[in-house]
Amino acid sequence: MRSNGARLATVVVGVAIVAVLIGFYVANLLSSPPTVSASQTASHEVQLTLKTEAAVGPQGGNPPWVSYLIKDPEGNWIHSTIFKVPAHSLVHVTVYQFDGESGLRNPFLSQVQGTVGDRMTIDGKSLRSIPPEEASHTFAVPQLNLIVPLPGVHEEAKNQCEEGPCNLSQAHRTIDFTIHTGEPGRYRWQCFVPCAAGFLAGFGGPMQTIGYMDGFLEVA
Amino acid sequence: MRRIAIAWFVLSAILTPIVVAVIAPTLPPGNASNASSGQVFDDTVLFGIVTPIAVAIAVYFFYAMFVFRRRGPEPQEGVATRDNPGVHIPWLVGTTVIVLFLATFGTAELADAGAGGGQGPDPAFKPSGKVLPVQVIAQQWEFTYRYPTYGGVETAHLELPVGQQVAFHVTSLDVIHSFWAPKLGVKADANPGVDNIAYVKPEEELSFEIHCSELCGLWHGYMFDTGQVVSPSAFGEWIHEQQRVFAPATKVLPKYATHYFPEPERRGG
Amino acid sequence: MNSDAIARPLWRRLIGFNLLGGIVLGIVGFYFGWWLGHQIKADSLDYFGDTNQNDVALMLGYLFSVIGFLVGLGFANYPLARMLGRDRSHVENEEGGVGRYFGLCTDHKVVGIQYLLGIGLFFFIGGVNAMLIRAELLRPSPQLFGAGNYLTLVGLHGTMMMGIMTSGVLGPFANYFVPLMIGARRMAFPRIEAITFWLLMAAGTILMTTIFFGGFPTGWTGYAPLNVQANYGFDSYIFFFALVGLSMMLLGLNMIVTIISMRAPGLTWSRLPIFCWGALSTSVLMVLAAPVLIAALLMVAFDRSVQTSFFLSSAGGSPYLFQNLFWFFGHPEVYVLALPGFGIILEILPVFARKPLWGYRTAVAGILGVALLSFFVWQHHLFVSGLNSSLRPFYMFSTEAISVPTGLVFLAGMATLWRAKIRYTVPMLFCLAWFFNFFIGGASGVFLSDVPSDVSTHGTFFVMAHFHYAIMGGLIFAFFAAIYYWVPKMFGVALNERLGKIHFWMMFIAFNSTFAPLFALGLMGMPRRVVTYPSHLQPLNDWVSVSAFVLGASMLVFLGNVVYSLVIVRKPAPANPWESRSLEWTTPTPVPVGNFDRPPVIDSDPYDYGVPPVALPPPPAAQAPAPG
Repeated sequence: MRSNGARLATVVVGVAIVAVLIGFYVANLLSSPPTVSASQTASHEVQLTLKTEAAVGPQGGNPPWVSYLIKDPEGNWIHSTIFKVPAHSLVHVTVYQFDGESGLRNPFLSQVQGTVGDRMTIDGKSLRSIPPEEASHTFAVPQLNLIVPLPGVHEEAKNQCEEGPCNLSQAHRTIDFTIHTGEPGRYRWQCFVPCAAGFLAGFGGPMQTIGYMDGFLEVA
Repeated sequence: MRRIAIAWFVLSAILTPIVVAVIAPTLPPGNASNASSGQVFDDTVLFGIVTPIAVAIAVYFFYAMFVFRRRGPEPQEGVATRDNPGVHIPWLVGTTVIVLFLATFGTAELADAGAGGGQGPDPAFKPSGKVLPVQVIAQQWEFTYRYPTYGGVETAHLELPVGQQVAFHVTSLDVIHSFWAPKLGVKADANPGVDNIAYVKPEEELSFEIHCSELCGLWHGYMFDTGQVVSPSAFGEWIHEQQRVFAPATKVLPKYATHYFPEPERRGG
Repeated sequence: MNSDAIARPLWRRLIGFNLLGGIVLGIVGFYFGWWLGHQIKADSLDYFGDTNQNDVALMLGYLFSVIGFLVGLGFANYPLARMLGRDRSHVENEEGGVGRYFGLCTDHKVVGIQYLLGIGLFFFIGGVNAMLIRAELLRPSPQLFGAGNYLTLVGLHGTMMMGIMTSGVLGPFANYFVPLMIGARRMAFPRIEAITFWLLMAAGTILMTTIFFGGFPTGWTGYAPLNVQANYGFDSYIFFFALVGLSMMLLGLNMIVTIISMRAPGLTWSRLPIFCWGALSTSVLMVLAAPVLIAALLMVAFDRSVQTSFFLSSAGGSPYLFQNLFWFFGHPEVYVLALPGFGIILEILPVFARKPLWGYRTAVAGILGVALLSFFVWQHHLFVSGLNSSLRPFYMFSTEAISVPTGLVFLAGMATLWRAKIRYTVPMLFCLAWFFNFFIGGASGVFLSDVPSDVSTHGTFFVMAHFHYAIMGGLIFAFFAAIYYWVPKMFGVALNERLGKIHFWMMFIAFNSTFAPLFALGLMGMPRRVVTYPSHLQPLNDWVSVSAFVLGASMLVFLGNVVYSLVIVRKPAPANPWESRSLEWTTPTPVPVGNFDRPPVIDSDPYDYGVPPVALPPPPAAQAPAPG
């Protein structure tokens, strides 16, 4: 290349290519599951409806894994784990548990902590804790002192849902509990039951990926 | 050379007392426990040694960069000195002496019950007197605490009585974490299968942060907690309350042990 | 390249054993390995079905892609030809134009420039990751990338920098200039030299592919058992360091043999330029430390794929094993980063002070002392990990003792300025800034080496500040000093002095503004690698992030300078713009393929500044015509 102009043009093209590549890179990393709001039922009261299924996806480049889903205000199930609830409110949470039992690594987490009354209702029965081996997932927000162990579907149950989407006619457990939200903030929530069979301590894969078994509770 | 020596002496004489007496003692981690006040003292001594050295180097460089610069655009050469044993031997001896002092001093500080650091299952430096054992169980991504002398109750938060020597038995259920209470000056890595013991005696009632300081996966940054140091009577009330509240959980917990290998452990498990 | 034949069409010229061929065969190799991995079925591997992530397939894919890449570049041609009994020159591609730079070339000067550009590329990528990290830390809760992607960014930044910059000085500058400085025509093993470069390029590319496989959550230290738990994005980390380790070992080997056996007549050890001493000691560290890392990562690969339990306590292993193996490599590794910096600074300082290097033997003793001691300090990374607590005083002592030889290096540099005539060019500015930064890095290292003090600062941003001061303030400033100093020799064109000064001041001020507050953040309770922090730390984090963006902008100024001076304006530089007395400046620019027509005979070290010219004896008097 001899002329200044040709060289300058090459440089400009080169810079443009680099900028585009960086743009793709950043856009790939920015991708995240959507934030879904809980459904308003009264002033300062919302209903958050979740379900857990054994194999949902693929999403964001990951294979189908066990995952939580949330019902949005229009009644659709969204594969996301970023939930939005209002601050200083009462949140009624209902979880439909379609997944089987796995067991807790730390049985301390088998006792309900942080809900109203420190209790939850499982299939209609009000309980303070469950046998640790029966846990299938937990819904825990440690920053809000909230730990709720979710029992799983028994091994011998009929009509189990092996992979999503699951509907309420299949075997499931229904867990209800209520929590108070306080100050606004972005709190993380996670599952404590090692449901990622195949990874060390069961805590890899879906257990470490936002959009499956981890997410954020946006209190706004 | 004399000008440099005088400038160094004057500046050190001014700065070192300011650093040692005014600045260093106020630095973190503070004086809330014997470990943290020991560390503050340690840091103060280190600052006391580093400050004159830093001043010397700074003075020399500023002098040399100003005085020995080329003035004017014509090429000029400097004075060709190549070596002087009268300089490098005292320098070598001096730096070695400082290093030996620091190592000895550090070991002496360490002998004070390990200065708050995790010492493993067989600590070399133990405190005297009665010790309250508190087990810190690190798991992905939460700290829980077990009090073996109170029926093995496990709690979600940490409370300690003031003025009581505590032995933290830090262990992990899965990957490496690290239990760090900055204001108490305690840090001990949580390794699976290992009982890492760290000693501290809180000396003030306060509320302190606890952070995980070893990368342990997705929520490492969120693995924090708040602990309390309270009066012994308040601690007694609290622990009995915890025993009452967590009675259902305590029934299903495994027996207290220095480390645990819960299921599932490996792939395919 | 036949310069007289009719030029072949471009597409004909592109097919062959060159970079394009390497890339094509690399991709083919990857798919072959991936397919092969999926064919392996065994009872002990049936958990693949659960995890949906076939580590063996990915690692075989990487392995065959690297083999394909190297074969495509032409590295197998000479060995295969010789094995088949055919005659083949071991010189590859040394004549010719710009095309040499895009393939296998045995000319050490070409490899040096390839390294400079390749390392520059990956340094830029690592830097972009750093900017993204600081962008996330502008706010106390993760708003941009989410917690998982953030950990991948942190890991990518650290891993890329640590792996690539180990060869950051030796690769470009030692490969280019050591033969010139010792009066040799080439390096001892030119083909090995070329392969170290292409291995590094393959490694960097493999590391970047981790984003397609989910990234990795372990940071650059990759501790077990988290690395066993990680998903298969971690396999690219394993392969990256395996290739980097191999590249390091071979580069070090080549350098050691060259310096020992190819010095020109008269170049005794006491006349060897100090930069070569730095390169030599670094090479020894590379050769001895890298194999340990490769072994440790092989064990991790086995733990991840075939269910061994080297690092799992529940099955008889120990996570301490990985930590010790890693840091046995890791600590010499950081001295691999620091020692070339020593060499460059002490080499450049005399040129701009116009004085000989003061205390040559002292400086060499310092460099060798640091290299030796670096193998005896690694457990200072493990002070609170629960290892045998009675070992800690020993490692505290050995780590503090490293400051003694480092002090000797400082002494040599400082005394070189005594009664000098300092010329404030851009390389000199970077050299002087090096002393400031490395002192802060070293002093904070003394704090960290003291066990009680380390209890509060280990694993926090204090450590981050320490090593960024030592590595970035040390190595990177020396790297830029070397670039500004040697670009006129390598390219025949000088970098613009004014833009260089803008780059320097922006970088120096922004660098200190970015990393000095991190000491405070660490003391205030912020651990490393966290995506969230207490909100009262936000103002300080925002200051750091903005300073980091300015630091990144200073790199853009540098790139602008490179483009402006080297690509657009291209004003030829004088043959020896810095009036250096070092041997490499006596060669013509561009340096011819064999470097020297005849091996030069050396009669002094290259630091004869300020020495009055030796009075030559008067020439024999011309015979006066006899009177009469």
